[in-house]
Amino acid sequence: MSEPVIELVGIGRDFSADPPVRALADVSLRVGRADYVAVIGPSGSGKSTLLNVLGLLDRPSAGSYRLDGVETTTLGDGARTRLRGRRIGFVFQAFHLLDHRSVAENVMLAEVYGRRPRRGRRERAHAALERVGLGHRAVFPPDRLSGGERQRAAIARALLGEPSLLLCDEPTGNLDSRNTEAVLDLFDELRDQGLTIVVITHEAEVSERAARRVRIIDGVLAEV
Amino acid sequence: MHVRDLAGEAFAGMLACPVRTALTTLGTVLGITTLVVTLGVAATAGNQIVGRFDELTATSVTVDVPEHDPPLVAWDAVEQVTRLRGVTSAVALAESEAAANVAVRANRLVDPTRAAGRTLTVLAATSGLPETVRGRMVQGRFFDQGHVDRGERVVVLGEQAARMLGVTRIDRAPAVFIGEQPYTVIGVLGEPRRERALAAAVMVPSSLGPRFGLRHVTRVLVATGLGAAELIARQAPAALSPGNEHLLLVGSPATPARARDAVAGDVEALFLVLGLVSLVVGAVGIANVTLVTVMERTAEIGLRRALGAARRHIAAQFLLESTLVGLTGGVIGAALGVVAIVAVSAVQRWTPVLDVRLALAAPGAGAAVGLLAGLYPALRAARMEPVDALR
Repeated sequence: MSEPVIELVGIGRDFSADPPVRALADVSLRVGRADYVAVIGPSGSGKSTLLNVLGLLDRPSAGSYRLDGVETTTLGDGARTRLRGRRIGFVFQAFHLLDHRSVAENVMLAEVYGRRPRRGRRERAHAALERVGLGHRAVFPPDRLSGGERQRAAIARALLGEPSLLLCDEPTGNLDSRNTEAVLDLFDELRDQGLTIVVITHEAEVSERAARRVRIIDGVLAEV
Repeated sequence: MHVRDLAGEAFAGMLACPVRTALTTLGTVLGITTLVVTLGVAATAGNQIVGRFDELTATSVTVDVPEHDPPLVAWDAVEQVTRLRGVTSAVALAESEAAANVAVRANRLVDPTRAAGRTLTVLAATSGLPETVRGRMVQGRFFDQGHVDRGERVVVLGEQAARMLGVTRIDRAPAVFIGEQPYTVIGVLGEPRRERALAAAVMVPSSLGPRFGLRHVTRVLVATGLGAAELIARQAPAALSPGNEHLLLVGSPATPARARDAVAGDVEALFLVLGLVSLVVGAVGIANVTLVTVMERTAEIGLRRALGAARRHIAAQFLLESTLVGLTGGVIGAALGVVAIVAVSAVQRWTPVLDVRLALAAPGAGAAVGLLAGLYPALRAARMEPVDALR
């Protein structure tokens, strides 16, 4: 069996408060290549904390997290940042597209901090947009796009770095049912192309499309 | 991260909100404009004043002779100065506080309808006075070495003094009474261009000086050829009083360079401070707006961190943005300043004097202001935790 993309062993995350908050307690999770995992749970259950840990945006207080076989908990800030830029593509609920830049420029932003050459960046961005079915919207400003199109543009940005993991935080939270459907169809396609996807959601409609579901309640993770 | 990417991101960030950026730039524009105009106009004006530098003052040397025993300068030492190459004429004067208020009358009659008596300044002089002070004899003549040698009791009145005493004609050799003694008026000196106070004075030959307590030379006036004043100012003391030249006080005309410095210094000081103040205000403005921008763009910072931007990338971008704002302000300010200098010069019919280094340094100063102003906001942006930024 090939090496898992994500391997969490005994992850804990405490926040210093009075009393201390245990957001994650002994979480272990293994996600293989081309898996499509949905993390579900009510708000305040630790979903976002798990996403931050998975996205290398936050450090766990305890446990081990191997991403593509690389132990991340012992890495320095710079190394974690580089790893994040290279291996993880983020999709946010709020899209986080820059209003004053065209769709293509927003997508190209994903390569600004990487090591890939500037040459051919625009072509790669167009290819990524084609992949999400937005090739015809490349020169549009984001505010001329529908919500679903914006999220697809954000997904194209996440795909540009050819990440091993697509990490989605409530990707359909701001979309109507028709657009939700389109985005979920896109996830299916991407999974079929071999991309590993972790979606954090509280919507049943979204989680049902995933091959595997895990539930997190009060910081404790369980398979569904 | 590629430098061109950094520059591109900074430019895009700066242009994302053009109106705000323009307003932010304003403070720096004002500051730089003020500085450039101040330095430029001062240089231009200074040059003009030097250009019009007075020929009269440029050819005058005054040597003050302090009281000393034995006297430092003898009456006939003036001839030594006159021999110096470049000297056109020279005169030795004796003045004193006591002789500055002497009762002078035109006659001894007591006429209640006329105020015949006047208090005038009496001074003793050698014969070269009219030429040296560039005065013209409006009537009669000035006394010469003959009058001095013979100790003749003659006086020359300044034009104003003559009017005050009612001396209108001298063809009948009128007399004035200084104290109780009568003296023959042999001439009236028209208003001199130098030492204007002589117009209201009574001048007596040096041989009569002791009668009024004017025994020794107190001042020597020298008129020089154009351009010779500085040289003569150095040589005259030695000619007047060999061995004691360091005791004499020489007043030479301001050299062109000194005149320029003095003028420039006066004008500049105030406006430089003004310019610097507006530059500081500009910097505070940039810092303020950049800080607001950082807060507004929290999500963008979070996104960039998620895309793999290190803290230094974030800091560099915001620092570059504020530097670009400052640089823009500097460029606009320098341009406006140069235009203003040329406009002022055109109105005043001056020749604009523009230091190229100033025009080049101004945008640099603007950029430096922006860089300094951006330090703190950039630090704040870099310190942001991506988790907090994306929340």
